[in-house]
Amino acid sequence: MADGRAWVYGDDIDTDLMAPSAYLMKPADEVVQHCMEALDPTFAKSAGPGDVFVAGDNLGVGSSREQAPQNLQVLGIRYVLAKSFGRIFYRNALNLGLPALVCKDTDRISTGDRLKIDPVSGRVDNLTTGESLECEPLPPHLLEMIREGGLIPHLKKKLAREGA
Amino acid sequence: MSQTISEKIIARAAGVESVRPGEIVTCKVDLAMMHDSSGPRRQIEKLEAVGADVWDPDKVVVITDHFVHETDADSIRIQDITRDWVAAKGVKRYHEKQGICHVVLPEGGHLVPGMFLVGGDSHSPTAGAFGCFMIGIGATDLTGVLATGEIWVRVPHSIRVDVTGTLPGGVAAKDVILSLCHRIGLNGANYKAVEFSGIAVKEMSIDERMVLTNMSAEIGAKTGIVAADAKTLDWLRDAGAPVNGPGFESDTDAVYGQVIEMDARGLSPQVAAPHSPANSRPVEENTGVRVQQAYIGACTGAKLDDLRMAAKIVKGKKVFEGTRFVVAPASNRIRDRAAEEGTIATLVEAGAMILPSGCGGCIGLGPARLGENEVGISSSSRNFRGRMGAKSSQGYLGSAYTVAASALAGRIADPREYV
Ligand code: SF4
Repeated sequence: MADGRAWVYGDDIDTDLMAPSAYLMKPADEVVQHCMEALDPTFAKSAGPGDVFVAGDNLGVGSSREQAPQNLQVLGIRYVLAKSFGRIFYRNALNLGLPALVCKDTDRISTGDRLKIDPVSGRVDNLTTGESLECEPLPPHLLEMIREGGLIPHLKKKLAREGA
Repeated sequence: MSQTISEKIIARAAGVESVRPGEIVTCKVDLAMMHDSSGPRRQIEKLEAVGADVWDPDKVVVITDHFVHETDADSIRIQDITRDWVAAKGVKRYHEKQGICHVVLPEGGHLVPGMFLVGGDSHSPTAGAFGCFMIGIGATDLTGVLATGEIWVRVPHSIRVDVTGTLPGGVAAKDVILSLCHRIGLNGANYKAVEFSGIAVKEMSIDERMVLTNMSAEIGAKTGIVAADAKTLDWLRDAGAPVNGPGFESDTDAVYGQVIEMDARGLSPQVAAPHSPANSRPVEENTGVRVQQAYIGACTGAKLDDLRMAAKIVKGKKVFEGTRFVVAPASNRIRDRAAEEGTIATLVEAGAMILPSGCGGCIGLGPARLGENEVGISSSSRNFRGRMGAKSSQGYLGSAYTVAASALAGRIADPREYV
């Protein structure tokens, strides 16, 4: 399992920060460039494949706009860790196949730390500090959906099975 | 087994006798609502990828409100996509440019108490003011519903909020919910169903109850709900809904995860400072802040009652010269009724600029967008950084009373000095 760099932010990171309203009518590749810009203009430019987005409480509070987790995913974010999530953001991330994991110890992670994550066991190894942290495991029906790549491929399979 | 109103609706939709909080069940959806942002433009590809068609076009409601009164090519394209899709799929419950989805949904006669609905928008809990259980979902979840007519939900614990006593003059439902945002925080009701009850709620108009359920989203709730009563049924019948009963009520011995008591009598008008509804404090703590714009708008704060509140404050007065007073009625029906009774005229005489109905200033689109370093007070629901306009702008939230008083003063003002 490859490791990734952590991008760490605070509590109540809202959907307007991850997907600003003013660009929502624009094509997806344009919206993504503005992800987090009001808080951290370097994020969209510097985040890359395999990175991990880490936040405190209530990550994704606000709108139902799926562009919030989608932008993170497009920028290469592979896992999202937070102490707690806004409920729509949480469902949206998982539906897109982006594992959103509840980790009460995100305070122990700093931006730039290298993290190795096993979503099945819920183990987070911080390779930079040498610490091991724990996430809450995902319910089985969601793990299955994530393994299949999210709700769309999952449904496609399911409907094909039922039709057969 | 005794159950809350939310549990009863979920159980009915799941086709079981009863449900318990924490349990995961699959519900059949009575109606799915979407707008021009979460709707067809984000559904076409996803539905194709699934290889499915709309499960039941009669159970889909499409309302355009986000990118309406389009002045750019992207928005025009989105409206075209929406209109074409609705026609191709045979979706008859389509409302183009008639107002904001959460207000047009009940106005269109689509709601009946006891329904289980999903909406492609976070303020979908608004329908709870009509005794419906409605949750906000994202675009991919919506695809799942469009393809199958079903959705999985974890049965939420219910929180009951009892608002006792009668609201004082110049204080509105907005102040109740802002005060609650401060008290329990943006995730104070995360994943929970919030049921509003008590004398003050009983006394509230339907428009005012809609403010409570609408902003349940701001405390992280899965939904907000108020049991339907005679007022609800009258409102819905007037809108042409096929109502034949009040739906469900919570059993008297139903179990709540938490009961919160709020005393309406001692409540002051509330103002939320940037950049969170949880930064709400009594207006006294924010008076004097100079505002360039006072905005009466959004599904939260531009219903007929909100316009009447604003008119009551500004009647016979003039707004401060250096402040834009902008009013965007939440729907055309509200605009027409407000015009008929003279409310619009009162607002215009005081100096209001009337905008067409749509999300507009709530999400920093159109003429009510806040410019760089501007300060605005708005009757909408959220004041996250940059939401109402430029990244450097400062958004405050208040009731229509407070916004109107601030328009007169050019500064955040206490409406009790004007009523
Ligand atoms: S008015 Fe604002 S809160 Fe209401 S639906 Fe539109 S964007 Fe959302």
